[in-house]
Amino acid sequence: MTLLPYLVAGWLFLAGCYGLVTSRNLVHAVGCLTIAQSSTYVLLLAVGYRSGATAPVFGDLPVGAPVVDPVVQALTLTDIVVSATVTALLLALTLQIHKRHGTVDPDELRALRN
Amino acid sequence: MESLPLLCVAVPLLVAAGLAAVGRWLPRPVVDVVSLLSCLGVLGLGVTLLVATGSRRVVSWVAGYTPHGGASVGVVFVVDRVGAGLAVLVAALMTGALLYTWRYFSEVESKFHVLMLLFLAGMAGFALTGDLFDAFVFFELMGAVAYALTGYKIEEAQPLQGALNFAVVNSLGAYCTLLGIGLLYGRTGELGFAQIHQALAGHGPPDALVVVGAALVLTGFLVKAAAVPFHFWLADAHAVAPSPVCVLFSGVMVELGLYGVARTWSAALSAALPAERLRPALLVGGVVTALVASVMCLAQTHLKRLLAFSTMAHMGLFLVALGALEPASVGGLLVYVLGHAGVKGALFLCAGLLLNHHGSLDAEELYGRGREMPVTRVCFLVGALALAGLPPSGTWLGKTLSEDGLSHAGYGWAPALFVATSALTGAAVLRVGLQIFLGVGERPGSAEDTRGRHEDSETGALLSRLPATMVGPAVTLLGVGVALGMVPGLGRVAEQAAQTLLDGGGYAAATLHGAVGVHAPASDVTGFTASGVVLGLVSVALALAVAAAQLYSRRLPAPVRAVGVALRPPLRILRATHSGHLGDYVVWLLLGVTLLAGAIAVS
Repeated sequence: MTLLPYLVAGWLFLAGCYGLVTSRNLVHAVGCLTIAQSSTYVLLLAVGYRSGATAPVFGDLPVGAPVVDPVVQALTLTDIVVSATVTALLLALTLQIHKRHGTVDPDELRALRN
Repeated sequence: MESLPLLCVAVPLLVAAGLAAVGRWLPRPVVDVVSLLSCLGVLGLGVTLLVATGSRRVVSWVAGYTPHGGASVGVVFVVDRVGAGLAVLVAALMTGALLYTWRYFSEVESKFHVLMLLFLAGMAGFALTGDLFDAFVFFELMGAVAYALTGYKIEEAQPLQGALNFAVVNSLGAYCTLLGIGLLYGRTGELGFAQIHQALAGHGPPDALVVVGAALVLTGFLVKAAAVPFHFWLADAHAVAPSPVCVLFSGVMVELGLYGVARTWSAALSAALPAERLRPALLVGGVVTALVASVMCLAQTHLKRLLAFSTMAHMGLFLVALGALEPASVGGLLVYVLGHAGVKGALFLCAGLLLNHHGSLDAEELYGRGREMPVTRVCFLVGALALAGLPPSGTWLGKTLSEDGLSHAGYGWAPALFVATSALTGAAVLRVGLQIFLGVGERPGSAEDTRGRHEDSETGALLSRLPATMVGPAVTLLGVGVALGMVPGLGRVAEQAAQTLLDGGGYAAATLHGAVGVHAPASDVTGFTASGVVLGLVSVALALAVAAAQLYSRRLPAPVRAVGVALRPPLRILRATHSGHLGDYVVWLLLGVTLLAGAIAVS
């Protein structure tokens, strides 16, 4: 088992967070949140990976053939659904913020200080 | 009995789906009645579970995938007293909130009810599930619905920003939880709490993978529980969410974050991480949260924001009571959560009544204008005193049981923290209550803080007469919150529930091997000790003194005022950290994850 996918997952998470911290545009920030989330896909799939194994579609496989872990793939699919929901909601909020505040720059949103 | 936990989730989900499909063609009263009835249905199911869990855990494998030889591929609900109690609390608060909504939001369509029912399903599922990944899914469901509910008033600027901050910070926290679940799954190959417990047991001290996985899983729950430094979203979201939604946020949603910490630790992680590993992080986090939030609470004039910081201060206390990981203090915590939910729910509903009667949430603008609202006035002021810990209210009983439990566990400083926090947050609420409802104190001049003014009422036009469906839930919640303190034997039942909650081995045995029995209540706790009553009265007296000092600050003797002036610069720094800026909140979150993992690793 190689360490590379775990490093990639960590890198994606931190890169997403870095983007969120420095973002000057909420659409960009929502994109960065999605990048941070994609680290979870990489990590989950890496956890279930078996070298030399095939996709867990059992219909045309001989009994006992090595397959990658189907559980993490189910988790990843669930995760993608969650991601789509939250991203859609956040982009809708961003559109409304643009209408009400006239800006999508987090540095200029000053309604909630202190 | 075994099908009840599933019904608690399925009923509101199905009704929500039905209302989403046909709600727009139904008259509003039908929507109200249908959602109220399904909510009451969940309440009934929850109460049945609560009664049944007195002597055993209710383990329900969906579709009959019962385990053979300690292994199963099914989805499981495992219900004990704490889980059932939380489901009852969720359904009860939701009933109050829906009743209140009858006139509130007179222009809302069925969408609001759909969201509330989904919120109910998410929270009930989170309280009842026996599987870590299912817990994550319910957690995300209640999160996503909560973001939408926060930004429900989409025509205004502030709710949008509050919802955005809430959504980004909580989503990031939830992704940390999912990363942690992935790591724990990689180590154990299991997702059920009991199965993880079994797989982790007997491997000696935890290695780095388990420590990091545990810290990441707990991060998401601590973000929801608003522990410093994950707390920034809480005040932003509470300040702008509709009042009935705030009742659920403050009364049970943030507490469910804490429940996530307790459940994940005891049912899954305790096999590898002994209590000593987790205790320092929870205790220190709790103390800091309580102190930061108390100070911030005193500095607010926006009513809902003030109540939000008061909730956060109490979350700090709850975190300390949980942090001891002893049945006595956790039992106190359970009573405290119930009392707090009633009292704080009533206070938020009172804030909503003010908003719809006067169109403002700013204590200085509302100065003296609550005089002609007699019921709201009594409700708010009694709520403030109960929050400060007035015997024999439910908040007082919870506070004194927690204090006793912590003192016996060797944390002699805990009562001082509990008294100080109750007094400071009680003082802040009393101060605004006296200003608004009795016109006490110096008439405020030009305020520095202008937020809270000119808010749109949530009922369309301002209400000249407040309907009984709005005042009733506030009075009832307060009544229950206060009366809980006088229920005989509540402390004993709570301690037994806490014992069951903290018993990870028993949880695994019940889930996988059918050994569902729980310990009978042993100790004889009442809570009505002389020292408890005295400490309660002391914190109320302190609250009155601090409120008076704030109301008459110009008449204070010079040395006292000098102290106040000296405290201003640090307070300004503290307030500046609550910047409302998304990027800042993310930095604090990353710092918090690092500190949490470090604390678990070195303890």
